[in-house]
Amino acid sequence: MEQMITAVVSLTAIGSGLGWILGTAARRFAVEGDSRVKEVEAMLPAANCGQCGFPGCAGAAEAIVAGDASPTCCPPGGKVVALAIATHLGLTLEDDGVDEGPLVAVVEDALCIGCTKCYRQCPSDAIIGAMKQLHYVFAEACTGCNQCVEKCPTGAISLQSLPATASTWVMPKPALAA
Amino acid sequence: MAHFVIPPIRHLLTRWGIHPDAHKFPAADLGIVDAGLPPLIVLPLAQQAGAPARPVVKVGEHVLKGQRVADPAGAISAAVHASTSGTVIAIGEAPMPHPSGLPGLAISLRPDGEDRWVELHGDPYPIRLEPAEISRRVAEAGVVGMGGAAFPAAVKLALGQRSAIDTVILNGSECEPYLSCDDRVMRENAADIIEGSRLIMRATGAKRVLVGIEDNKPEAIDAMKVAAHPFPEVSVVKIPSRYPMGAERQLIYTLLGVEPPAGGRAADVGVVVHNVGTAAAVWRALRYGEPLIERVVTVAGGAIASPRNLRARVGTPLQWLIDRAGGLSRQPARMVVGGPMMGVAVGDLDIPIGKGASGVLALTHAEVGEREPSACIRCGSCVSACPVGLLPLEMANRIHAGELGQAEDIGLRDCLTCGACGYVCPSRIPLVQYFMHARGELVALEREGKRLDRVRELTEARSGRLEREAREKAEAQARRKAERAAAAKKETAA
Repeated sequence: MEQMITAVVSLTAIGSGLGWILGTAARRFAVEGDSRVKEVEAMLPAANCGQCGFPGCAGAAEAIVAGDASPTCCPPGGKVVALAIATHLGLTLEDDGVDEGPLVAVVEDALCIGCTKCYRQCPSDAIIGAMKQLHYVFAEACTGCNQCVEKCPTGAISLQSLPATASTWVMPKPALAA
Repeated sequence: MAHFVIPPIRHLLTRWGIHPDAHKFPAADLGIVDAGLPPLIVLPLAQQAGAPARPVVKVGEHVLKGQRVADPAGAISAAVHASTSGTVIAIGEAPMPHPSGLPGLAISLRPDGEDRWVELHGDPYPIRLEPAEISRRVAEAGVVGMGGAAFPAAVKLALGQRSAIDTVILNGSECEPYLSCDDRVMRENAADIIEGSRLIMRATGAKRVLVGIEDNKPEAIDAMKVAAHPFPEVSVVKIPSRYPMGAERQLIYTLLGVEPPAGGRAADVGVVVHNVGTAAAVWRALRYGEPLIERVVTVAGGAIASPRNLRARVGTPLQWLIDRAGGLSRQPARMVVGGPMMGVAVGDLDIPIGKGASGVLALTHAEVGEREPSACIRCGSCVSACPVGLLPLEMANRIHAGELGQAEDIGLRDCLTCGACGYVCPSRIPLVQYFMHARGELVALEREGKRLDRVRELTEARSGRLEREAREKAEAQARRKAERAAAAKKETAA
């Protein structure tokens, strides 16, 4: 009987002691997620459009930090975001991060039936419209995340690149080698 | 007191710049001729640096000469006035002098031929006006810098009121080849320029005026000296001919021996620089109440039959000006609005001139001297030509490699895009084009970055809103459930 009590008491003491040590260590020496993931996520457009093939911007940030994806994987972010992330992580962009300029959604007036599906989907509230009313996309707020294009039942929305105006035009880079 | 401001030793030690062939004659020796009234006037809304002006007239409206047709939109912008009386026939896109060849917004006028002025309010003694009133009236008249950059003059005057200005420098260097419009204005309207400079002095609170004129314009120097004689605070200074002497920093350094800090302004060293033509426009704006609706333009180049200086209305199409200068004697290789070094190559002769257009040049193949670029031989000519002391070849290399940030680190922002480096390059590398490309790209990246930041805010606002709505809905549901439960309880109790 006495032996049994000794065994139970000592094992309980050892168990709780070790448990306390483990518990404290887990709290004291906790390893947080890679802080770069949060930083990269903050640079992405937060559209969660999934065009990169990862579950949302958080997933893409994780993949980029882990090296499974290139900083250029984000179509809505385009060159700006790719360059910012590459600089932040000290990566080099193989292909200059080239894209054909930002794409924005454009509603074809004749095809729009005013179903409001696109406008409910838009993550950045870039579409204005109401039932049975023609919808319109504010290019200024559009990231070109493609979600409205997929929702549109009549195929009235397409992504287009904005034509350059005199104030947005950039002189082309000379073609030859310097 | 100003006669000892230039220690000549500084000029001997100066290494920057280039000496292109001046090509100023015969236009510089021929008097200014009025260009007359073209059949169509196209007033660009973005002819000043800063924001495009906002139209205040409607299509079909009849306007008088000097009537304001567009208001300044924003802090850095300028009003636009009708340069003749007539009917507004269109407000919309029109061909513009822009390197992209893209059109810009403009107000088109069909002149009625009467050239009837709106009522003007001048002041017989404008020098008595308060400084703030002077800059207000200059803004009212839509005066912009007439040397080429077209920076709103009133903004510069107001800047002077905020910081301590001690010297007004008038830029009469006219260092670009071919151009002689400032030279002619100095020879023919010296008194207007000097009066204008005194008004600028009053508006900025400066103590003296220095007029810097390159030594290749002796007649202009003489005329200006005579006009400045009654005013001890105004001195005319002969400076060496060198390109780009007319750049603000280079002119300040040559005249005063001080340099504004990198990224800073002339006002940081107590100086404000205005073009001589701007000073004349300031005088006319205050003395006679005339808005800036005409300017002197040099029409020159090897393909122009009789090069000369024309007094042209703002908005006159290039074709009309070329015809007034005898037309084209041969097919030009390149048409340029502005000077040959920093002007804009244009392809369309319907393009109108703006307030900042100092020249219309039709250059021949020999004058353009374009050759196929070859590899850099690292001769360093561009380095000694650079007026700012940059390393153009290094900057171009980095830009070529796509390292815009590195190019910025070695001074891309300080580049004047004066073109001296490209001019001396034996390999004919289009250096300035690299710099303009890189700058444009950096601006575009910054703009796009800011836009994405705003979009991100919108996205976050939306997800916040959706969450709140869901929560409120759930709460409302819970409340209704509780009410229903309470009601059921009461019923059973009853």
